[in-house]
Amino acid sequence: MAKRATRESYGAALVQYGADENIIVLDADLSKSTKTELFKKAYPERFINMGIAEGNMMSVAAGLAACGKTVFASSFAMFAAGRAFEQIRNSIGYPGLNVKIGATHAGISVGEDGATHQCLEDIALMRSIPNMVVLNPADDIEAMECVRAAIEHDGPVYMRFGRLAVEDVNPADYKFELGKGVTLAEGTDVTLVATGLMVGEALKAREMLSQEGISARVINIHTIKPLDEELIAKAARETGAIVTAEEHYIMGGLGSAVCEAVCKACPVPVKIIGTDRFGQSGKPAELFEEYGLTAANIAVQAKEAIQLK
Amino acid sequence: MENKRKTELAILANKIRKHALTAVYSAKSGHPGGSLSIADLLALLYFEELRIDPKNPKDPNRDRLVLSKGHTAPALYGALAERGYFPVEDIPTFRKFGSYLQGHPDMKHVPGVDMSTGSLGQGVSAAGGMALAGKLDNKDYRVYTILGDGELEEGQVWEQAMFAAHYKLDNLTAFVDFNGLQIDGDVRQVMNPLPIDKKFEAFGWHVITVSAHDFDELEQAIAEAKATKGKPTAVVMHSVKGKNVSFMENNAAWHGAAPNQEQYEQAIAELDAKIKELEAAI
Repeated sequence: MAKRATRESYGAALVQYGADENIIVLDADLSKSTKTELFKKAYPERFINMGIAEGNMMSVAAGLAACGKTVFASSFAMFAAGRAFEQIRNSIGYPGLNVKIGATHAGISVGEDGATHQCLEDIALMRSIPNMVVLNPADDIEAMECVRAAIEHDGPVYMRFGRLAVEDVNPADYKFELGKGVTLAEGTDVTLVATGLMVGEALKAREMLSQEGISARVINIHTIKPLDEELIAKAARETGAIVTAEEHYIMGGLGSAVCEAVCKACPVPVKIIGTDRFGQSGKPAELFEEYGLTAANIAVQAKEAIQLK
Repeated sequence: MENKRKTELAILANKIRKHALTAVYSAKSGHPGGSLSIADLLALLYFEELRIDPKNPKDPNRDRLVLSKGHTAPALYGALAERGYFPVEDIPTFRKFGSYLQGHPDMKHVPGVDMSTGSLGQGVSAAGGMALAGKLDNKDYRVYTILGDGELEEGQVWEQAMFAAHYKLDNLTAFVDFNGLQIDGDVRQVMNPLPIDKKFEAFGWHVITVSAHDFDELEQAIAEAKATKGKPTAVVMHSVKGKNVSFMENNAAWHGAAPNQEQYEQAIAELDAKIKELEAAI
């Protein structure tokens, strides 16, 4: 099975879909890490290095977009969604400009760099901006499709990519639709709703649960906003319990979004798996274990959620 | 510039000042001081310099103006209304519920506004983005932006100063409204941004120092900026906050306060007297 980090897919997709003369890619001195260097090699005249100045980058992106450009602005999630939040909110979000924020190195899987670089708040921050589309792909094909969809969508989009190589979770004939969740496996006792890296863990958790006679549905949410509320409500009605899993703080992310949807339509127990404190240095696998971002924990939480029915 | 034209522009500037005061008075809030200090520049830009067409406000080849000191929207709206982008009768709806004339410039709803601004430091960056787009597209439009002197305390201004010089954006001109006052008082006391000219020079900009109330100097500065190749130009304008309203001049208290009825009437009377005097001179 292929293994590729979604940041690699981001760079590859920028090259694949970047022939359009209208596309401009900005980066804040991290092109080797965000993989926008691939675009830089292919289309050097449309790559602009902004230096280490993320706030200026977001507002420059807004100015370019106000002149009709489709702009990709890239940095680590911490410095894009975090440091430049207010520029994104006021210069891009408020006027609804056509800027796509390619944020890599999101989540705790950044690993050794530690807490300062492990952005666990970006989904919450970006979700709170009206009109912002928030995407968090799970694998290579999905990350490539996110970039394509972002280009087609007229308006601001936040794309969350990871540093760590991930296995494919989607089939090769995968059909991506912005705003639609993907049911990867059917089930009747509980629904596991996961995003990004945690989709693979949710699929493994399903296997564990099935050995105990529990039937778990698995839904992959690549579009956290606008959320596929219909699919979530249907899962709540049909399975009666939900576990969410994300590489993000437990407040404001996918879990919160799912709770909001479930409360509106069909209140059922929801267990939220995510980080509950700042990260720290370590190997990604060690950190996943420490923070409970594992298939084993998803299985445990699923059984608890079923108990609450 | 011919004296007649200068007088005409001075009349327009005072009309813009009246619109700004009417907007703030009607809203019972807003920023008169810094609106009055940039009225002469706005008159010159909108009635002399900018390549624009109020009937086609989104023309991709137009010159752009980004009001980075977005809180002085009353002056910008006054200039746009006077230039014909929208009816002057709408000015009193400024900041009112349901009006398109939002408290700070809103590019989505106000015809002629090129960028939504209000959060200081961001407009100048967006102007840099517009200038870069012009370079990438080989278009000959120019981009102007107006900064406050207090705004220079925002670090983002200097990120953009570095950027515009690095990419040789000679189609970008930044005016600094150096009236010396910000909300909490004298800029030198609050957080000294001086020397302004040497800072921009050190960042690689061409710098020109002028009076914000002298049309000849402003016109010459714009011509010099256009002729300057390979670097952006900063025009440091010495200005009077609250210009042409006696009790508002050089008084930080009028940064963000609305006049009461008596004060409003006095201010309008003073400006009307100036306009009458100027009209008599033509």
